[in-house]
Amino acid sequence: MTAFLEAIRLVAAPDVLIAIMASAVYGLVVGSLPGLSATMATALLVPVTFYLSPIAAIATIITASAMAIFSGDIPGALMRIPGTPASAAYTDEAYAMTRKGQAELALGAGLWFSAIGGIVGTLSLILMAPMLAEMALSFSTFEYFWLAFLGLMCATLVARSSPIKAIAAMLLGLLFACVGIENPGGVPRFTFGVTDLLGGIEPIPALVGVFAVSEVMRAMMTPEPPPLPRRRFGSILAGQWALTKKYQWPMWRGNIVGIIIGVLPGAGADMAAWVSYATAKRFSKEPEKFGTGHPEGLVEAGASNNASLASGWVPSLLFGIPGDTITAIAIGVLYMKGLNPGPTLFTERASSMYALYIIFVLANIIMIPLGILMIRMASLVLRAPRSAVMPVIMLLCAVGAFATGNNLFSVMLVGLFGIIGFVMERNGYPVAALVLGIVMGTMVEQNFVTSLIKSDGDVLPFFERPVSSVLAAMTIAALLWPAAVWTLRRLRRAEPAR
Amino acid sequence: MTNFTRRGTLAAGALAGLAPLARPALGQGRYPARPVQVIVPWGAGGGTDATARIVASLLEKEMGQPFNVVNRTGGSGVVGHSAIAQGAPDGYTIGMITVEICMMHWQGLTELKRTSYTPLALMNEDPPGVQVNASSPYRDIKALADAIKASRPGQFKASGTGQGGIWHLALAGWLGAMGLRADHVRWVPSNGAAPAMQDLAAGGIDIVTCSVPEARAIIEAGRARSLAIMAPQRNPQFASVPTLNETLGINYSVGAWRGIAAPLNLPAPIAQQLTAALQKVWNSQEFKDFMNARGFGMVWGDAAGFASHMERTDATLGAAMREAGLARG
Repeated sequence: MTAFLEAIRLVAAPDVLIAIMASAVYGLVVGSLPGLSATMATALLVPVTFYLSPIAAIATIITASAMAIFSGDIPGALMRIPGTPASAAYTDEAYAMTRKGQAELALGAGLWFSAIGGIVGTLSLILMAPMLAEMALSFSTFEYFWLAFLGLMCATLVARSSPIKAIAAMLLGLLFACVGIENPGGVPRFTFGVTDLLGGIEPIPALVGVFAVSEVMRAMMTPEPPPLPRRRFGSILAGQWALTKKYQWPMWRGNIVGIIIGVLPGAGADMAAWVSYATAKRFSKEPEKFGTGHPEGLVEAGASNNASLASGWVPSLLFGIPGDTITAIAIGVLYMKGLNPGPTLFTERASSMYALYIIFVLANIIMIPLGILMIRMASLVLRAPRSAVMPVIMLLCAVGAFATGNNLFSVMLVGLFGIIGFVMERNGYPVAALVLGIVMGTMVEQNFVTSLIKSDGDVLPFFERPVSSVLAAMTIAALLWPAAVWTLRRLRRAEPAR
Repeated sequence: MTNFTRRGTLAAGALAGLAPLARPALGQGRYPARPVQVIVPWGAGGGTDATARIVASLLEKEMGQPFNVVNRTGGSGVVGHSAIAQGAPDGYTIGMITVEICMMHWQGLTELKRTSYTPLALMNEDPPGVQVNASSPYRDIKALADAIKASRPGQFKASGTGQGGIWHLALAGWLGAMGLRADHVRWVPSNGAAPAMQDLAAGGIDIVTCSVPEARAIIEAGRARSLAIMAPQRNPQFASVPTLNETLGINYSVGAWRGIAAPLNLPAPIAQQLTAALQKVWNSQEFKDFMNARGFGMVWGDAAGFASHMERTDATLGAAMREAGLARG
């Protein structure tokens, strides 16, 4: 108890509170710019943390990353440009809602369920950290392979187009993921002697290109639509309570899936959002509404990606193993500030640990008022004439891509992927599946090859280990299910004719 | 009217931006007369980035001009390393180069090598360690070494970084020094030290040869043990871990180092000035505190020392890479 009171005193210090507020605003702004991810928002904070007290330093990272993951939903919903890869899973859905005139419901759902996910994730961190950490440590490359493979299967579930086209788009994504030297063999592939290709194709430029640039190109092809009727932007939180009650079950499922995926090092918020969106659709009573502006998927995936953000801290705090790219950066800051990760952090530095918990909860609570402000300001974009908005989007895309590595090559990649995305959409191939392939490709390959090296080329261990066998069964079921349904339907249709 | 003023301000700004560019040509006077760019070939948030940023902020204090860290990522480090080499040798472009510069050219990934730079100072080196699972039967490095010698090729699995990465070469070099083939212990490529340590704790692999600071959290959590480090001396931060030399009599040591370098043909007075400033930075309490907090090894080398250190690394790694079949040509 004394440790807890001490923690409140630590957090209530003026410098910590100022750090939380400032980094909240900063995270919201950075996350809402296309191409600037939550990871980048955190990385840019590191030099600032040199000059802060330990608690304030960690507070900036926790707050900024939570805000950035939420505000990545804003450009996605308003302009169909996901701010972060974690938002890409449900960007089309949120944008469809905006076109139906439900922008405030879509954005409000993003905000409300992000905050809930963040708080539930924090509770899991507080109550079950040792148990979750144990689970994370039992995952070897065999389990990761199945998990990543399962993630790839989401492509067919998420897509609204035919599954064949979704798989084709995903395979194209996997092909892009092959580029570079960052593969298990350490051999340059598809680099054509170009130095810039050695590092492979990063998901961010691809994402910005296929979503944002192709959207701008499409806008140039079509005449300016009649401006949306001028109306007051409705209340953002109204209706969220109704959604919470109606979609209670998907919300909890999103939270739980988010927590589990977040705890597993290397999976992270991006994968949590994809898997949750896919399960929402798979288990929905009205899957046909998905993709037409239906909030159910937003509820589940929005809760999921923020829950994973909080639980991603479990392996980081207990073992110094980063749960995702954000905690990888945070671990460096923890060491620098003398808060070395490890079990001793929970015993000897208990007050600092409690302070971290309080900051997590606080960040997710102030997300709501600040998020509403941000949404209100951002929604002005809907009223601006298209001729003014589109060039600014192009500029932001270029700047965002350049900022990822101060490298002009990423800007060219954005342009190239813009064209690819444009052509794909025109022919009914879902670009989201392409992005999924690029994001998951490395993980699938890395874990498959390293597992085979470990087992001396034997495939049996993929099915022998207990967790691995369960995941394998789920993956194979997901793979065969659509085919089984299809055959059944064919058989049934054939019967009456006989 | 407003428009006019704005344009005026822009023009003035542009002129102000151009002016410093012209200055070094006009007067060779005081260095540094304007902000200096510090290029880092690796991403923001990593260990190299953090080290570069603390060095830059201390250099700024020392020399009275901003030292701006710029992350030039891509191409597995090749892009940033070439940006440093191709900068103008006027002292306003310097960068943090890493051990990869002594590896990439052997693999045929780039023409760049240590001689493409003016070395200024070696700031840090982390030697490889030998880590095993806490429940592993090998209590000390001798027992492990004997078990490896007695094993059939490929029976033991080790990890720590990607194929051909610095910790892979450390393993290859150690095996070579014991008279074994470089692939006697099979290398399992991983995405860095943290996933490898996780797999070690999960029981997926037998040995991880990353540096001790990288393994520290898992060791402190009681999931792994460090049996030895491949360095001439013990690390005062982890004093209980013996060196390979004192246990097995093997004198193999090549660590992951970081140093500051400038483009080739940097005028000697500027180079000396920078090296002197870097020495003060290295000796400062702030730098020591930072390095100790992160557990990074403090190794110093002045311009000549850095150059010979790179030459040694280059030769050792070249041999290890040929041994492991990773070198081209």
